[in-house]
Amino acid sequence: MNHLIIGAGPAGVIAAETLRRLDPEASITLIGDEPEPPYSRMALPYYLVRKIPEHGTYLRKTANHFDRSRIQLKLGRVAALQPEQHTISLDSGERLDYDRLLIATGSHPFSPPIPGMDLPGIVPCWTLANARDIAGRAQPGAKVVLMGAGFIGCIILEALARSGADLTVVEMEDRMVPRMMNEKAGNLIKQWCLNRGVAVHTSTRIEAIEQGGRHPLRVLLDSGSTLEADLIVSATGVRSNIGFFDGSGIDIDQGILIDRNMQTNCTDVYAAGDVAQGLDFSTGNYSVQAIQPTAAEHGQIAARNMAGHTKALHRGSINMNVLDTLGLISSSFGLWMGVDGGEAAEQYNPERFQYLNLQFEEDRLMGATSLGLTQHVGVLRGLIQSKIGLGKWKSKLMQDPNRVMEAYLANTQAIGFNAEVLKSPSR
Amino acid sequence: MAWTGSVLRVNLTEGRCERKPLNMLWARRYLGQRGLATKYLCEEIDPTVDPLSPENKMIMATGPLTGTMASTGGRYSVITKSPLTGAIACSNSGGFIGAEIKNAGWDMIIFEGRAPTPVYLYLENEQAELLPADAIWGRSVWETDEWLHRQHQNPLLRIAAVGRAAEQGCLYAGIINDLHRAAGRSGVGTVMASKNLKAVAVRGTLGVGNIKDPAAFIKATEAGKKVLADGAVTGQGLPEYGTQVLMNVINEVGAMPTRNMREVQFEGAGKISGEAMHEPRPSDGKPNLVTNAACFGCTIACGRISTIDRGHFTIEHKPEYWGASGGLEFEAAWALGSDIGVDDLDALTYANFLCNEDGFDPISFGSTLAAAMELYELGLIGKDETGGIELRFGSAEALTTTAELTARGEGFGKMLGLGSKRLCEHYGRPDLSMTVKGQEFPAYDPRGIQGMGLTYATSNRGACHLRSYTVSSEVLGIPEKTDPLVTEGKAAMVKAFQDATAAVDSAGLCVFTTFAWTLADIAPQIAAACEGDWSVENLVETGERIWNLERQFNMAAGLTGKDDTLPKRLLKEAAKTGPAKGRVNDLEKMLPEYYQLRGWTTDGIPSKETLDRLGL
Amino acid sequence: MLKALQIEPEKCTGCLQCEMACSYENEGVFNPAKSRIKVFTFHDEGRFSPYTCTQCAEAWCLHACPVEAIVLNDLTGSKEVISDVCVGCKVCTIACPFGTVNYNHDTGTVIKCDLCGGDPACAKACPTDAITYVDADHTGLQRMRAHAALALPQ
Repeated sequence: MNHLIIGAGPAGVIAAETLRRLDPEASITLIGDEPEPPYSRMALPYYLVRKIPEHGTYLRKTANHFDRSRIQLKLGRVAALQPEQHTISLDSGERLDYDRLLIATGSHPFSPPIPGMDLPGIVPCWTLANARDIAGRAQPGAKVVLMGAGFIGCIILEALARSGADLTVVEMEDRMVPRMMNEKAGNLIKQWCLNRGVAVHTSTRIEAIEQGGRHPLRVLLDSGSTLEADLIVSATGVRSNIGFFDGSGIDIDQGILIDRNMQTNCTDVYAAGDVAQGLDFSTGNYSVQAIQPTAAEHGQIAARNMAGHTKALHRGSINMNVLDTLGLISSSFGLWMGVDGGEAAEQYNPERFQYLNLQFEEDRLMGATSLGLTQHVGVLRGLIQSKIGLGKWKSKLMQDPNRVMEAYLANTQAIGFNAEVLKSPSR
Repeated sequence: MAWTGSVLRVNLTEGRCERKPLNMLWARRYLGQRGLATKYLCEEIDPTVDPLSPENKMIMATGPLTGTMASTGGRYSVITKSPLTGAIACSNSGGFIGAEIKNAGWDMIIFEGRAPTPVYLYLENEQAELLPADAIWGRSVWETDEWLHRQHQNPLLRIAAVGRAAEQGCLYAGIINDLHRAAGRSGVGTVMASKNLKAVAVRGTLGVGNIKDPAAFIKATEAGKKVLADGAVTGQGLPEYGTQVLMNVINEVGAMPTRNMREVQFEGAGKISGEAMHEPRPSDGKPNLVTNAACFGCTIACGRISTIDRGHFTIEHKPEYWGASGGLEFEAAWALGSDIGVDDLDALTYANFLCNEDGFDPISFGSTLAAAMELYELGLIGKDETGGIELRFGSAEALTTTAELTARGEGFGKMLGLGSKRLCEHYGRPDLSMTVKGQEFPAYDPRGIQGMGLTYATSNRGACHLRSYTVSSEVLGIPEKTDPLVTEGKAAMVKAFQDATAAVDSAGLCVFTTFAWTLADIAPQIAAACEGDWSVENLVETGERIWNLERQFNMAAGLTGKDDTLPKRLLKEAAKTGPAKGRVNDLEKMLPEYYQLRGWTTDGIPSKETLDRLGL
Repeated sequence: MLKALQIEPEKCTGCLQCEMACSYENEGVFNPAKSRIKVFTFHDEGRFSPYTCTQCAEAWCLHACPVEAIVLNDLTGSKEVISDVCVGCKVCTIACPFGTVNYNHDTGTVIKCDLCGGDPACAKACPTDAITYVDADHTGLQRMRAHAALALPQ
């Protein structure tokens, strides 16, 4: 069996490794379009703050990992797909055959249609090359404007702030991390940043970027004011990498449409990760989640189906995120924005930057948002994904949502009274 | 060194929290907790001060072994001048907050002055803040606990608080931590409330490190745990029955104070005993006892977690009491049971819940109620004064109703909150108050256990069993059996126990370990953790130093050797039944010898030689 | 034969010796806040529940890690955090549906149970055998796994 995987991000690498485990004989080729060994974009901010060296971003740390797993790495950029012929063609003109194909081409930063976006000095933070570029330019005292306070914007915010640069954040929505945090949480994160000397403009659009005077760039805001900048980091969202597949006959919406086996409408073609529009556990709809755990799940399930001898059905991934914004840790899970006809429990302590919001449908947890929670935070996922009926613990959580770990344990662990144990001779 | 080296000084008057270095010279001489905090208190306050004035101070102190893996190493004490006795107060508590204070990086917290308005201390590692407590002033400990956890969004906060009893001036109000553990005696909660301090909420994540010799410490503590596991009392009796293992035992030896100590045996003891707590009740087939429970680091786990029968008259219509909470310990079972002649286990458990919920000492409350019942029987207290309650011995309803009133400081509960001494004086019969230095007796009748008479008479905090628990030898045979009806040798035993206990307390360990441990088991644990000479001999001398320091405080506060006595009833009225039938307590045979062994004058004043020898 | 931690909540007294042993073994201090095993108290039910990683076969944390900082120990079956490699992104803390991977502010990395390399300190410290280290096919363990399985999403 000849497996071809396009994309050397987490989904592609995990799929390749899973395939190797399931099929020791198969030929596995992993195509990536960046010169470095497969690395993690999640780790780039930590590279930026020099917490880790460059090889610390690599997905696999063992030397020769891919050789030893007999996974062939190939540098190349896919140009087109010919599903009828079971081939793909690369930029170079080379054509490659496959028995099974996995598309795991990931996503790319979205560049908003703003005049001046093509000026030098405006960079996304998406590749290792970008990261090196930013690290070089974000010098102490440099004026840096961060476009977009979404997940990626916030995750690199610390790196930019710690570089000693004079940082301004511009976000067009009314709060920070609007796709992950509700109004209260998003505004607490904003306040947190303001308290740490980062200027944050929310509900503010960038009208245009032009060449500046004293500083190379000038940002024109819809409020009428302007910002001078030495460096502009663009973090205004990502889009699936689907451009290669125009005209191939593969069904595409926001991303590549897949079924619960991770299979596309084309025979023997699968998709996984940021490029795939997969099943969302909470909504039952198919959507692009573009998050690491989902990519890992997709990669595994796709590989199991590609190998053929197991049939793996995706139950849907939970949309969830965890974020560290200048030391303030936030997370959100599932239907954090709530459910029609559902109920919410909330703890809001702005002075201490603590927040917890639980969203219920009847006595089941459907979504959650937290600020400042680092212990046992995963049970929020566990409770959502297991669909445990919380019974009497629902009302306890309505009173005090912080008891979520207890609620989880009370509903998953055997209840024992030890008075009997005390009297048993074995003790 | 196992000390953190830091003292938190909280000036409530000025709203200021400051870190100060621990006086290590004193630490080497007084070890920690009880001893070290007593040294601080003696240096910092005038012993004649009004205990409820801002000039009194209150210290919450941990020991060097608090927060470590030493078994029972979770304890803290509250040291202050007592409003109940006018003597030094030192109330020791388990639970978890002691270790949490230590984990937050503090050996002790010294509270000074009085806050202008109600506050609570929020302590998270080095961050200490006084925050407004208006929302919880006037609320119970349990409500306060819940409010603070929600306010700070942290289920892991450990909380100590005073309840309504303290706010209302009950003179034996305690400080309750972790919902059902108490620095219970001598009115330390009353002092806390007088400072407008409602609660202390702590979260510590720094840990306890700096053990002098970690490998030796682990070895010594493991050896210690093995001794506890193998001991009959610590390995079996206490885990299974809690301190309530004593109820039937003490009753049989004829030392169960009953009906305000008129009698020495209680016919209903079996119904309120540790064994009874295991019996399934007819209504729902469940026993009173749900589980045993440990304090921080304790491998004995004598604590009781109990429920009340839901059909019981006290809680039939109060679902808030249907859950489990801290159950009866022997002292509470005795005071709320045999001393007032009540044998209704559910009523006792309910009254005990109330003591925890609003923070008042069940020993002092039960004893005061017992005195009130006797006064009522004699016609000296009328129904008009009690608000219609019939204060009859044996009435479960009288118990639970007066407990509710005392918890809130309402009606006759206000009078009961003054304690037995003031109550009996008020009604003209001070002789009916079963107290020493104004503090009520615990559960051992000194007519049946002679050594306990001397224990009570000489205890520095007023009547107290935990200062030299000679019951251990006289009844349980630990470390060796002595005859409870004999006075010979008891003076030496009391002195030895007093000194050893002071050392155990000061280490941050639980005195219950001494049902299996001797100082020879304890010394290696302290020595491995702490710099300094912590041999058995030095621990004994440290204990003696602490005892004499406490004594000096009391003398300076105006107490004299004349206060080292017992109520007339125990010295003149013979026991009516049991092995001690016909006996009184022969205190006069033991006290002079005790003074002599202590190196005190015949008036009970520490001699100059003694003080010099101890470096006081 | 692989061994596993078996937890019997009905035997637990809530003394926290396990938490101290764990933190001492892993951090060199007695510090329950840094323990990989936690005892939860259900006060009004009179119940204590020690809780830690079951080293689940699904290994959610391991698969979610973007930098291969969580690896399988073949000898013990545990999933171990290599703290030098962990960047502190915390994705594993939200990926673990059991909530047993926690972020440590002080080090900027995550911590989880690694069975102390095959000699778990918590089990040795437990005075009531509420925590034991037993053969993985022990019946009591099956019961524990069954409860845990309630929460498995696949």
